[in-house]
Amino acid sequence: MATESVPIAAPFELSPEAKEELELVNRAREGDATAFSTLLNRYEGKIFRLAMNITQNREDAEDVLQEAFLKAYEHLDQFQGNSKFYTWIVRIAVNQALMKLRKRKTDRSVSLDEQIDTGEDTVVREIASWDPDPEQQFSQDELHTILQEAVDELAPIYRAVFVLRDVDGLSTEETAEALGLSIPAVKSRLLRARLQLREKLTRFFKRKGDNAFAYM
Amino acid sequence: MLTCKDFLAELSDFLDEKTDAELRAKLERHIAECPNCWVICDTTRKTISVYKGMKCYPIPDEVHSRLLAAVERKMEAKKAAGKA
Ligand SMILES: [Zn+2]
Repeated sequence: MATESVPIAAPFELSPEAKEELELVNRAREGDATAFSTLLNRYEGKIFRLAMNITQNREDAEDVLQEAFLKAYEHLDQFQGNSKFYTWIVRIAVNQALMKLRKRKTDRSVSLDEQIDTGEDTVVREIASWDPDPEQQFSQDELHTILQEAVDELAPIYRAVFVLRDVDGLSTEETAEALGLSIPAVKSRLLRARLQLREKLTRFFKRKGDNAFAYM
Repeated sequence: MLTCKDFLAELSDFLDEKTDAELRAKLERHIAECPNCWVICDTTRKTISVYKGMKCYPIPDEVHSRLLAAVERKMEAKKAAGKA
C-alpha cells in the first residue's frame, strides 16, 4: 500500500514564488509528473553548472545531475517547506559531487570543510585600477571563457561557495544551508574567492599601461 | 584607525552592505585615505558585478534528454510499486 502523502502546510511568511514552488512539490509528491518536470526544467541548468564547477568533469557532472534529481524525487516526502526546493536539491547535488571527487582522488578525502591556508599576505598581490567597463572589451563568449577559467582555478571549497552566493544569488544563510557549512565559514570562503577572482581578472581588465604592483 | 588588514577582513560585508553604520563610516574613511584599498574595493565590486551577469548556458539537449528518461523510469517504477 502506498503511504499517504500529507501536503506541507505553507508557513505564513512565504513569498508568492515560494508558495507556488511548495505547491509544485506537493503535487509531485502526489505523483503529478508534470509538476516534477517543471521543477526539473527550472533547476537542471543551475545544478548542472554547479556540478561542473565542483567536479570539473562533464561525465561526472552529468551523473551528479541525474543522481540529484533521482534522489530528490525519491525523498520528496523529506523536503521541508521551510527552505527553498533549490537549496534542498543543491545540498543533495553537492554531496553527490563531493563523493565523485573522493572517488577520483582516493588518496585524500575532499570536503568543503577542508582547512584552508590563511596566509593573509598571499591574498592581495596585484593592485591596479581597471577600465571603467572592462567587460565591454570582450565578446560575450570571450567574457564567459575568462570568467569560467578564473573560477576553475579556484579550489573546490571556494568554487561552490562563490557560485552559489555570487553567481546564483543565494543569501549567505541559504548558501550555508545548502553546503552544510557555518555562516562564518561561508563568509571567509566567499571573501577568499572574491579576492582571488579579482586578482585573476586583473590580468584581463586592468587599465592599459597601468602596471602598478603593490605588496601589502 | 583601521589597518588595511582590518579593511580587507570586512570587505565582503562592506560590499554586501551588511555592516552597521559605525563600521561602515570607518571603512569609508579608510578607503578615502588609502588608495590601495580603494582599488581593491572597486575592483572586487566589479568582479562581483561581472559574475552576477554571467549567463547560465542551457544544458546540452542530450544531457537533458537522458535526465528526463532517467526520471521517467524512476516514476514508472514508483507507480508500479504503488500498485503492487
Ligand atoms: Zn588600506
